Amino acid sequence: MNLPPFPQDRISVSRGMAHDSAVGHVSGEAPYVDDYLPRTRQSYACVGMSPVAHGTLVELGLDEVRNAEGVLDVITADDIPGEPDIGPVFAGDPLFAADTVQYLGQPLFAVAADSMRQARKAALKAKVQIKESPAILDLDASIQEKVHVRPTHTMTRGDADAVLDASLNRIQGFMRVGGQEHFYLEGQVSLTVPGENGSMDVHCSTQNPSEIQKMVAQVLGLSMNRVNVIVRRMGGGFGGKETQAAAWACIAAIFSTRTGRAVLCRLSRHDDMVMTGKRHNFRNDYDVGFDADGRIQAICYQLAGQCGYSPDLSDAIVDRAMFHCDNAYYLPNARIDGIRCRTHTVSNTAFRGFGGPQGMIAMETVIDEIAYHCGKDPLEIRKLNFYDTEERSVTPYYQKIEYFNIPKIIDELEKECDYQNRRKAIREFNQDSSVIKKGLSLTPVKFGISFTTSFLNQTGALVHLYTDGSIHLNHGGTEMGQGLMIKVAQIVSEIFAVDSDKVVISPTRTDKVPNTPPTAASAGTDMNGMAARYAALTIRERLTRFLSERHEVSEQRILFTPYGVRAGDSLLTLAEVAKEAWLNRISLSATGFYRTPKIHYDRTTASGRPFYYFANGAAASEVAIDTLTGEYRLLRTDIIHDVGDSINPAIDIGQVEGGFIQGLGWLTSEELKWDSTGRLLSDGPATYKIPAVGDIPPEFHVRLLRKHPNEEETVYRSKAVGEPPLMLAISAWCAIRDAIGSIRDHQVFPRLNAPATPEEILKTIIQVKG
Amino acid sequence: MIQFLLNDTPISYEMERPDLTVLDYLRECRYLRGTKEGCASGDCGACTAVLVEQGEQGLEYRNFNSCITFLGSLHGKQLITVEHLKSHDRLHPVQQAMVDQHGSQCGFCTPGFVMSLFSFYKTAQAGRITSHEENIKEYLSGNLCRCTGYFPIVRAAEQSLSHHEPDQFDQSSKSVSGILAKINDQPGSEPAQFHVPTSARELAKLKNDYPKARLLAGGTDLALEVTQQHRDLDEIIYLGRVQELCALDRAETRIQIGSAVTLDRLDIELGDDFPELRTLLKRFGSRQIRNVGTVGGNIANASPIADITPVLIAMNATCVLESIKGQREILLEDYFLGYKKTELKGNEFIRCVNVPVPDKNTHLKICKVSKRVDDDISAVCLVALISVVDGVATHIRMAFGGMAAIPKRATRCEMALLDQPLETRVVEQAKAALDQDFQPISDVRASAGYRIDVAKNLLDRIFLELSENPPVTRIDQL
Repeated sequence: MNLPPFPQDRISVSRGMAHDSAVGHVSGEAPYVDDYLPRTRQSYACVGMSPVAHGTLVELGLDEVRNAEGVLDVITADDIPGEPDIGPVFAGDPLFAADTVQYLGQPLFAVAADSMRQARKAALKAKVQIKESPAILDLDASIQEKVHVRPTHTMTRGDADAVLDASLNRIQGFMRVGGQEHFYLEGQVSLTVPGENGSMDVHCSTQNPSEIQKMVAQVLGLSMNRVNVIVRRMGGGFGGKETQAAAWACIAAIFSTRTGRAVLCRLSRHDDMVMTGKRHNFRNDYDVGFDADGRIQAICYQLAGQCGYSPDLSDAIVDRAMFHCDNAYYLPNARIDGIRCRTHTVSNTAFRGFGGPQGMIAMETVIDEIAYHCGKDPLEIRKLNFYDTEERSVTPYYQKIEYFNIPKIIDELEKECDYQNRRKAIREFNQDSSVIKKGLSLTPVKFGISFTTSFLNQTGALVHLYTDGSIHLNHGGTEMGQGLMIKVAQIVSEIFAVDSDKVVISPTRTDKVPNTPPTAASAGTDMNGMAARYAALTIRERLTRFLSERHEVSEQRILFTPYGVRAGDSLLTLAEVAKEAWLNRISLSATGFYRTPKIHYDRTTASGRPFYYFANGAAASEVAIDTLTGEYRLLRTDIIHDVGDSINPAIDIGQVEGGFIQGLGWLTSEELKWDSTGRLLSDGPATYKIPAVGDIPPEFHVRLLRKHPNEEETVYRSKAVGEPPLMLAISAWCAIRDAIGSIRDHQVFPRLNAPATPEEILKTIIQVKG
Repeated sequence: MIQFLLNDTPISYEMERPDLTVLDYLRECRYLRGTKEGCASGDCGACTAVLVEQGEQGLEYRNFNSCITFLGSLHGKQLITVEHLKSHDRLHPVQQAMVDQHGSQCGFCTPGFVMSLFSFYKTAQAGRITSHEENIKEYLSGNLCRCTGYFPIVRAAEQSLSHHEPDQFDQSSKSVSGILAKINDQPGSEPAQFHVPTSARELAKLKNDYPKARLLAGGTDLALEVTQQHRDLDEIIYLGRVQELCALDRAETRIQIGSAVTLDRLDIELGDDFPELRTLLKRFGSRQIRNVGTVGGNIANASPIADITPVLIAMNATCVLESIKGQREILLEDYFLGYKKTELKGNEFIRCVNVPVPDKNTHLKICKVSKRVDDDISAVCLVALISVVDGVATHIRMAFGGMAAIPKRATRCEMALLDQPLETRVVEQAKAALDQDFQPISDVRASAGYRIDVAKNLLDRIFLELSENPPVTRIDQL
């Protein structure tokens, strides 16, 4: 198809319209899976879990569970009709543990009952006997024992070791960065409804309907065409419903098959937090050489991610950490080892940024430490080390940086936030203030857009035009709050020059658009928007051809305008056009397919162009810390973020604001803790603290970068926005370090880890005081 | 049988079990599924609904967590859910503001936020809120959002408050008042296993007849046994309508606080006179918790990390325990015997606490340290009541939360300070004495080492604040 250029005058695209479900959200009328009215004789499933981290299952005493009030059915590993493993990429995730138990919380059995309360009470009655084995529970032990879920991957450019040895200045150090619980407000939930001939409808809160379809089919021993997965909306995903939604769908489906009933499997918050994977925590070791000015000459990284008991998506996640441990800086000689550590804990998984943030924060730590070493403002060291698009433009994975707007963003932000004057004012404040210290930091974000697993960069869409002129839209992306549906509807409505509310948004269904990737990697709008645009353009082209023939005017004189469809001198409504076309037997339905161009990556040589383009941004944050308690407050943040030409600025700003605060939580108050037996202690919102309204800075300025369309030909020259803003929060974490450093006039580098809880901050204050 | 108004529908409901939560009732019995379950522990606010009660100056609208509130406590009140906010297909101003400001993303927390905004709107409309800016965050402190970062929700609150228009609830307020009065005037026919006494004498008799019955006040802790541990509570006595327990009486030398007085009311009644208590209360649980949680509940559950008990111990409060046999008054610090073990006998209840009014020249110092500002349990909470005359501590009582198995006085530390000049040497001795007073534990909130370090540093903070030219010592003073 010859694509028309993106029009300058737009009806729908680039307007900041409300989320399509906004009214449904505020009135409570937008239903989530648990809100659907129960089917007749619907039953409810609860999952029984392992009470120990590692061992051999001796006996699974389920008689009392079976005999409990209201119980309908109980299943274990023995009752899986088809494939027992639901590992998404590599095997290793049994639906139920059969012999070996590999983490505390691993599913052992499930029970279905007439009510959720009955199912949960019944599950407590299991008598589980496990012969315990020694368990590896933390990252350091796993690094030491060298137990990995996947082989180590290495990226090499230049001769880092030789240059390091010859470097004028050299620093070796490490930092730890914690994991993160997704804490989507809607927990994991699936509702399975059996149909005829063994078919199954699965209403699931998932980012990955096609994979749920595949897993349910495999577990049931069915062909995929008998399973239909339906997703209208999620109450938050953040990566936690990419692979982690599958088990509950499969369990409900097995019960549905066995009982013929609709089955709802919804995890309680506690079970959800214990049984599902989280963001990987990392230990990042670095060895960096730099010149007298602070310009990096060589670096060796060892990035070790705690993967938990199975591979899940960890290969790609640790890879993405490696892809981002340069952030925005040129590393002329680099060796990066990415280690995938195995532990007897829940299998860690995708979480907004997908390893990228864990790599990026290592780089920002290195930059800060170089600044301390050189006695300079870290911002100077940052600028000194930026990529350019000429000599200093090749990444450690050999992708050339073709366009680089970070210096421009930093420049604008530095001026707008009055960085230099505030730096001075903070220095003065700190001289006079013995207890409370302030800190400031300005950090960039460069984030690669595309799935690094190249084949995932494809999706489809389906558009129907009905004879009354109304439009039905479906595509492979899922709505988790990010506003994907309204953005794609804006794109489709633009093609037909109608208001976006003329486009009906429909649930994502695997029987409408098949074989789709997860809605992830920030690529939802880039890919689904483009696929839907192709589908809509196909219909519009057919209509144009038809009208041209019928009205005997050239195709150039067929125009879709907000006032109607112009065919020469006639003005028709879209309904009239659709009806005429239908009467003349023109197809009014089309599919669209999109695959991201230009990308490739050869893992054997660790080189290629894994990313179509980079999304960029920068943030400046000012904090205050209490040196007596380690308590902190974020006082002010300024952000400029690059989304290319925004399809919906209101939605995009929302992603920037929300991503920033989610990142802030990851780096400050959100602390995952386990006890010495592998039991998660931070297993509910009482003990695991995501940011609340009191944590947001009283002064907050955020804007989108102006007049910077994506250089690559993305949909309407926009850029992905889902994940990148999360990493803007690194500015706040670095600002905390700056505040701590001021205690000794920045003579001692504060070895701050993340999350910077009050306890971590006080510990670092003690380190700095010496 | 309990009677209440569900939105505008009068309900008479025969409860099958006394521990049915309002959320389960709404979702499972009424199929009103706009109200969401996010955590079932009162920590996320997705289940927020609004309770309406008759106050002295009209109806009062309070947001609360429906997931940890038992249905029986609704008797004689109006329950408003998100489904009821629209009027003739027109969004309520708080809903419209949320749409205009892009206040929802995934939308799952949104009904809860809308209900908190609604209670704020009604409270502001009634003139009971002075500073909007400060209060917005306080009213939203019990609602978690994982998507928006709260900015657009705060903007929505500002928008909805910028021009107050009457809503449909103003029109119906008279008739609602009438219906509620009618229910409350009737002699109640009690629902099975859910007893609702209205006097202390009645309560004493019930507790005598049903010694195993659980006493329910705000329920913010008790309900977790049902929603988190999946236990059944077979017999409940609800304290919220016992007149004596709901009374707060201020005399010249002592303040008597009924055990069922809510934390919000404590703030209203005492906050002006004890600004540091107000600061603490603003961070005590969340707005939803403070609306129902009580002083007596905070004492009775004997949690080592309760925030009110160290305040009361430092202020030398006593508590009055009552049973059918009569009353006894003991020092609050003697009430706690060990971890979750107390003086309270099976047939007793806490009637009230008596707090001596401190002298004019004493300072009440309160320091709460937690991982998060809002709605978080203290790692350490220090409360000190100190009189300083000519640089010498002439009176000092100090109590800590989070440092021992019970809320506990720092007696050795007090001794090190009493009648001593407040100079560095003395403060260092007092800090060393804390090692004898406390051997804290490491848990999910903090390590033992952090707790003891912070406790000592908080002494520094207090004495810096009492010095002649104190530096800024509190981050919130910036």
